[in-house]
Amino acid sequence: MIPLIFERSVSGRRALTFPRLTEAEREGPLPLPAEYCADEAPDLPEVSELDVIRHYTRLSQQNYSVDTHFYPLGSCTMKYNPRLCEKVAALDGFAGLHPLLPQLRGGAALTQGALEVLWHSGELLNELTGMAGFTLQPMAGAHGELTGMLLIAAYHRARGDTRRTVLIPDSAHGTNPASAAMAGYSIVAVGTDADGNVDLDDFKARLTPDTAAVMLTCPSTLGLFETHVRELADIAHANGTLLYYDGANLNAMMGRARPGDLGFDVVHLNVHKTLGTPHGGGGPGAGPVGVREALLPFLPAPIVTRSADGTFALDYDRPQSIGYIAPFYGNFGVMLRAYAYMLHLGGNGLREAADHAVLNANYLRVRLQEAFDIPYNRICMHEVLLSAGRQHKTGGIRALDFAKGLIDAGFHPPTIYFPLIVHEAMMIEPTETESKATLDAFADALLRLARLAETDPGAFATMPESTHISRVDETRAARSMVLKA
Amino acid sequence: MTRYTADHEWIRLEGGIATVGISNHAQEELGDITYIELPTVGQTLKHGDTLGVVESVKAASDIFAPAGGTVATVNTALEDAPETINAAAESDGWICTLTGVDPTELADLMTPSQYAEFCKD
Repeated sequence: MIPLIFERSVSGRRALTFPRLTEAEREGPLPLPAEYCADEAPDLPEVSELDVIRHYTRLSQQNYSVDTHFYPLGSCTMKYNPRLCEKVAALDGFAGLHPLLPQLRGGAALTQGALEVLWHSGELLNELTGMAGFTLQPMAGAHGELTGMLLIAAYHRARGDTRRTVLIPDSAHGTNPASAAMAGYSIVAVGTDADGNVDLDDFKARLTPDTAAVMLTCPSTLGLFETHVRELADIAHANGTLLYYDGANLNAMMGRARPGDLGFDVVHLNVHKTLGTPHGGGGPGAGPVGVREALLPFLPAPIVTRSADGTFALDYDRPQSIGYIAPFYGNFGVMLRAYAYMLHLGGNGLREAADHAVLNANYLRVRLQEAFDIPYNRICMHEVLLSAGRQHKTGGIRALDFAKGLIDAGFHPPTIYFPLIVHEAMMIEPTETESKATLDAFADALLRLARLAETDPGAFATMPESTHISRVDETRAARSMVLKA
Repeated sequence: MTRYTADHEWIRLEGGIATVGISNHAQEELGDITYIELPTVGQTLKHGDTLGVVESVKAASDIFAPAGGTVATVNTALEDAPETINAAAESDGWICTLTGVDPTELADLMTPSQYAEFCKD
């Protein structure tokens, strides 16, 4: 175990020793007011600079990341972040910009490049998704969902329509019902049919004149293309209901199918899952939202416009806008990386990335389909959903045990127990950048564990053994949380 | 007589009082239960309303009212010992009791043998 930085503290040890104020300085021309002078030193660890460097370097060496290992965390799309995008984002002309500059006198001329990045990003996203316009402001995927639902509410409100419910499939990410509820809607869940599609009959039964929107993830969180999507769109539109596209899995169909062509009215993208930006540890992120023509007036202010002479400006004059949803223009640095990624790969490259993501997932599906149950075994998209149901029934080995075993094999575990509708779910998303050799090594490890589940299930009890901390008592951690020392 | 829902709740009507909980099968599926949100005494529920939330190390799930009624008592012992649901889901791990339950609403629910069959899939 690595001790906490507080446990390294030695009384009186310092990295830098500041000179004490002299009496003259205390009383000098600009004395520090008494209320700003503490009587006691703050309760901070007393450590040397070298202590700090060693402590945090050691912690960082325990990180597990795409940069060090295969990371097939299903539904999360742990894409590799090309270094070119980082390099572009670090260019002085971008990194040194002040967000207030475009609003200062003469600032427009100094920010044309940055405004062009935003404007052109919107154009590229329109092309990628088949939408009419984008806001790049939402600061995360779920923030994009909320923005999208507020846009849908504004659209209906402007028409004097007071619909109050939103339909969401039971396989959806939990953020969907949460975002719709934040926007003031009541949620109605729709079931899944035997093939893993939205249950059409259930969908028709639950669609009412009160349904404002349907939130769909396509490909779905089961890793499958929603084959009823056009039919669902037609039925929804005939009912005056808008179709929301959760872009969580857009990575699987870039350049192959566009949400706009499939009938969606509002789209959000998770740029970290689609356009190679970092998965921040909670941020900063970006979740741009695109809309069809009819919803353009409601987009948040400001948007970037281009005039006939090719200059760019920020347009705040948007009377029907839902208003501000983020400070300034969202997380510019994140959108800049996404922009660099799109230009770096180009249209054909984006399509190829999608193709390889799908090919890699299907390669694993076929290699693993004998050893594991596959609840919906058809051509999958970006991820393959396995179940450890068989192993659980025969030898008591669960998805959790396979996850722990994979850690010892040197791999990040897949997502387990999601989607909730699949028993002992293990969701594996290899992404496009992995080689066949890596996929084979991973499949071999999982097949080895499947054999072990039959021959020696007891061996799983102590896994993982290769980590600093081995099997943790997750139940006790959740039941008796110690949040303070 | 205990009856079961497709969402894995059980309900037992005795002397005008219905006791409600989640099934043994449900606790097995959820794994170790770490937290429960109980309904409020006096709360009126319709069939299918959310009456509480149960959280395990794997997932959080809503608990739905197997029938309409008014919450008469809640099993507050579960707040400090949610593991009771794992140990005895269909006895000491009861969640709440309801009054004013219409016995005919229970007719559509599954008998123990029907439920056992249902859980096989």
